[in-house]
Amino acid sequence: MQISAPFDYARATSVDDAIALLEKFGEESRIIAGGHSLLPMMKLRLARPEALVDINQLTELSHVTEEPDRIRIGAMTRHVELIASPVLARHFPIFGDAGRVIADPLVRNRGTIGGSLCQADPGEDLTAVCIVLDATVVLRGPGGERTLTMGDFHLGPYTTAAAHDEILTEIRIPLRPRSGSAYEKVERRVGDYAVAAAGASVALAEDGTVAEIGIGLAAVGLDERPAAAEAVLRGQAPTPERIAEAAKATAAATEPVDDLRGTAEYKRHLAEELTKRVIARAIARAKGTQA
Amino acid sequence: MTIIDQPRAARRHEDAEDFGAEHGRDHAHNPAADDPHRPLGFGRLQRKEDPRFVRGQGNYTDDIQLAGMLHGAILRSPLAHARINSIDTSAALAHPGVVAVITAKDLEPLGLAWMPTLSYDTQSVLASDKVRFQGQEVAFVIAEDRYAARDALELIDVDYDILPVVHDARRALDADAPLIRDDLEGRTDNHIADWECGDQAAWEAVKAKADHVVSQEIVYPRVHPAPMETCGAVADFNKVSGELNLYVTSQAPHAHRTVFALVAGLPEHKINLISPDVGGGFGNKVPVYPGYVLATVGSIVTGKPVKWMEDRSENLMSTGFARDYIMQGEIAFNSDGTLLGLHAFALADHGAFNATAQPTKYPAGFFNIFPGSYTWEAVYGKVTSVYTNKAPGGVAYACSFRITEASYLVERMVDRAAMELGMDPAELRLKNFIKPEQFPYDNKAGFEYDSGRYEETMRHAMQLIGYEELRKEQAEKRARGELMGIGISFFTEGVGAGPRKHMDILGLGMADGAELRIHPTGKAQLRISVQTQGQGHETTFAQIVAEELGLPPEDIDVIHGDTRNTPYGLGTYGSRSTPVSGAAASLVARKVRDKAKLVAAAMLEVSPDDLEWEKGRWYVKGDPTAGKTIQEVAFAVHGTMTLPDGVDGNLDAVVTYDPPNLTYPYGAYFCVTDIDPGTGKVTIRRFLAVDDCGTRINPMVIEGQVHGGLTDGVGMALMQFIGFDEQGNCLGGSFMDYLIPSALEVPDWETGFTVTPSPHHPIGAKGIGESATVGSPSAIMNSVIDALRPLGVTGMDMPATPNRVWDAMNGRATPPV
Amino acid sequence: MTHISVTINGQLVERDVDPRVLLVHFLRDDLGMTGTHWGCDTTNCGVCSVLLDGQPVKSCTVLAVMADGHEVRTVEGLEVDGVLDPIQQGFMEEHGLQCGFCTPGMLMTGRALLDENPHPTEHEIREAISGQICRCTGYATIVRSIQWAADHPAGITNGQAEQHAVKEEASA
Repeated sequence: MQISAPFDYARATSVDDAIALLEKFGEESRIIAGGHSLLPMMKLRLARPEALVDINQLTELSHVTEEPDRIRIGAMTRHVELIASPVLARHFPIFGDAGRVIADPLVRNRGTIGGSLCQADPGEDLTAVCIVLDATVVLRGPGGERTLTMGDFHLGPYTTAAAHDEILTEIRIPLRPRSGSAYEKVERRVGDYAVAAAGASVALAEDGTVAEIGIGLAAVGLDERPAAAEAVLRGQAPTPERIAEAAKATAAATEPVDDLRGTAEYKRHLAEELTKRVIARAIARAKGTQA
Repeated sequence: MTIIDQPRAARRHEDAEDFGAEHGRDHAHNPAADDPHRPLGFGRLQRKEDPRFVRGQGNYTDDIQLAGMLHGAILRSPLAHARINSIDTSAALAHPGVVAVITAKDLEPLGLAWMPTLSYDTQSVLASDKVRFQGQEVAFVIAEDRYAARDALELIDVDYDILPVVHDARRALDADAPLIRDDLEGRTDNHIADWECGDQAAWEAVKAKADHVVSQEIVYPRVHPAPMETCGAVADFNKVSGELNLYVTSQAPHAHRTVFALVAGLPEHKINLISPDVGGGFGNKVPVYPGYVLATVGSIVTGKPVKWMEDRSENLMSTGFARDYIMQGEIAFNSDGTLLGLHAFALADHGAFNATAQPTKYPAGFFNIFPGSYTWEAVYGKVTSVYTNKAPGGVAYACSFRITEASYLVERMVDRAAMELGMDPAELRLKNFIKPEQFPYDNKAGFEYDSGRYEETMRHAMQLIGYEELRKEQAEKRARGELMGIGISFFTEGVGAGPRKHMDILGLGMADGAELRIHPTGKAQLRISVQTQGQGHETTFAQIVAEELGLPPEDIDVIHGDTRNTPYGLGTYGSRSTPVSGAAASLVARKVRDKAKLVAAAMLEVSPDDLEWEKGRWYVKGDPTAGKTIQEVAFAVHGTMTLPDGVDGNLDAVVTYDPPNLTYPYGAYFCVTDIDPGTGKVTIRRFLAVDDCGTRINPMVIEGQVHGGLTDGVGMALMQFIGFDEQGNCLGGSFMDYLIPSALEVPDWETGFTVTPSPHHPIGAKGIGESATVGSPSAIMNSVIDALRPLGVTGMDMPATPNRVWDAMNGRATPPV
Repeated sequence: MTHISVTINGQLVERDVDPRVLLVHFLRDDLGMTGTHWGCDTTNCGVCSVLLDGQPVKSCTVLAVMADGHEVRTVEGLEVDGVLDPIQQGFMEEHGLQCGFCTPGMLMTGRALLDENPHPTEHEIREAISGQICRCTGYATIVRSIQWAADHPAGITNGQAEQHAVKEEASA
């Protein structure tokens, strides 16, 4: 089996301790949470941090907290906990949809939402989910806390706005009435990264029109929400024709590349097909006609 | 008599009872034989190997720890074709914990820079002049632990000049193709061999007169067996005694010992080759790899045991791959559905060294089976093999020596003919099957099939799957625009290589030995030359002896894997263990039984002619109470009795079995798929395998063999391939991209069986280890193509990934991978 | 080197380890517990699966130092006082293994699944083992083995045990 290059290791006892350790070890140190993105890359020696700061003991970062107008998710909340959370199942079924197609159950026992967002793999699912849900993230560093929208946090493949000595501590998602969400992914095999995946969240107005919509995709070269596509539905009755039009506009906004998982052309097709499906399912869930 | 069972739910009991009924068990004096949970011979029996495995007490090569053992790691070429200007190992040597770094320069004086392959070619142990595929062995680091060895690899500096690459077999014979094997004297191109079977003129004549001729390119992509345990070795050379203990992941310990004697120049009697528990093989552990040689050299050089275990990426990128046949099929038939002729041409990509493992006189393996299960007026097959800048290999992954490729071709082509005729593919097969009375049957391509009742097996399978109802359901779904496919394959295999006058590997006849010792208390040890990699030999071979002698299987230990205490034989691959070694086990037990007869006669003071055998004892004809059990005879023969002529104080026996022919298992496979029209994703809803492997020794083990092979088939049909880019970079070098089905991609398998015993095998058994790997890919692809028929699709190549299916649905070519 | 204390199969083990040592290598090389195998470089195959605080994880993707202060359970810990765990019995009863290489990991995941969900559906079993590759069995018999263990939470009954013991003795 392949083995990583040597590194220093320290286990953080608190968030502040972790920040101090990052400062102590310097620029080439990294936080390790679940480790299921970072360690594989280190074993292949595609990543060579000089030190790891282990935050697995920071249980205060592992929670799903329901507040009147928002849900807060601790960054160390593991995928398995996202799937099992009744709070998330009730408000954001998209977490269940996406969680169940992230890697495999053993990986999900270790992987964390904060780790997924910070690793920002282009095929990663939870970034798209958080984009769809209009989430904000809380970063804490030596200078204190700051809160960023997903758009400001997620800058592209493997790139986020988090500074070296900042820790993602929490994800905050606003609650909206009459909302539903859904996620669907096409993969070559269970456990593989997405060929393409799409997520959608829809909040309906009392008259059944679309009050708010969020669309997000994974693995197709679209790092922000497709504004033009969302505009097709916002304020409108979600007819099949409009959903199809929004899906087409979504696909048009993608910039997929050919790779082993699929051709750009196929991925663009999937972007449209899957977007159509998840919008329809999100609406059905918002109406309470589908689980 | 042919026995037919029900699938699934009732499967297990039916297996046991049908089997017992067929053999008419009647053991008045041996009640244990009637216990279906403890068969005294054939029947469902828990495996004897399981108690150690479920406790984590297996002993695999990487589990071996020897005092002072060092660890080796191989530096591999990042390039597919490049000249080596220099290799600087100084920094690696200076790394803490590193004991030695070996390059070709160190091997050349020992004559070990190159080694023979199983196809009379030579292969670099460590590259000296140039590298010829990505992942080729360049240097070997030996260190005190595996971490240090791995670290030191990064410190070796190799200076390469990049050379143009042959990444596509279709371009290998171009006039301007770069010459890969300039090490071979006089060689000017990348051609390896041409091979033909059948009758070209007869084929041309049939083609000219047929109502229809259809041709189709059919690519069987490069895949890899990928056993869960990678390949490795622990070499322990004793300078004083000159003895080499070599623990190695080997499917063929004796053959490997002989090859080692030839490669390393060590005397064969000083080499103890030990294949401990093997974590799956599937043909991947048949070739001899440079790593084994390097571990041995490392032990000789350092005077300490050296372990080398490859990584998964090394396994996928450098060891024996499988298939890689670019085939062209042509089928001639009449409008009434009579099949007339079949032609197959294959361009075979053997990689940079011709290291395919097959009988010497069969450079295209057993492609001779390509006419399949049907009668033809004429057939003609041709295979051309070439070198490319890819890893060597080609015969592996349960292929029964290229029968996978041949069977896939004919089953796709027969479906293609059915499409052309608008005829049901089951009906077309039924119309053209070889009939039971035609056996033994000359298939016109060099093979004589031993037995088969194809129509009966086919109809049984159609009934089990509910074929007519499925077609009705499909028609309804098609009317609604849904994509549902029903795929069929009916394969015939030829396994159990083989008759020594025709079949050898490196000059070694493909026979296998068995040695049976009966201890005084009636307990037995069977020593065999074949090597289980999960097939359960410790159980099934005990059952063979139990069946012949009436000893309880738990009283028979099966010893294998260590050349010091097992008889010579060529090992386990190509489904040959039961056909060859199983026959040896049965014959050696019969020898014991015959010997016991003489002793029992002496004990009972009657003539041997007056004795009758029943399981476990000889008794006097007409007086069943007067008899001697094998156990009683065993004690007596080691005791003080006066021995009869021809018996010298033991019941032990030895045989070497030379099979008169291959055995010809066959099967009818049905696959039902559903395709998501929006994404192209294929779901296998049902899969039924009805196999006929002749006499069934342990139905539980047979079912397991079939299930595993079916899963291989799903892998190849839906997701697996080892691709290369234009620079020759391997695109399937990890399980991230070389995809293996999980429990969620395979259905709950349905199985059934018929029994048509092999007429020439002592117990009528045929090999089953590879049937499902041979039979399933064509059933799955025929099902996928059938699902896509309403969209005008008549063919597509594996793997049917969502993307490629969607391409096919949209009329786009699905270019060969 | 980092000093760690890990409870392995109920026993506290203390060692100094290089932080980069993977849990699977710690078990196999440092402690000689070779029942846990490894099969890939990329966290795909799950052959190395063990229980960490009761949950199945891939021990190739956990550093030994990360297990400090935690509980690890391996295949060697399934048999208690000479009595096999029902999951072990199930694999023998239903032919849930062939080469035996993926088996320890499958056993551990099966055990963890049944601890959490004593009566899983076929799909739940398939999902639970979907992060682990078996090349031999085609999974159906593994599913049946886990079902067998679910159906026999106390393992094999007395009458069967006798017969069972005979067979094991023969091959021990």
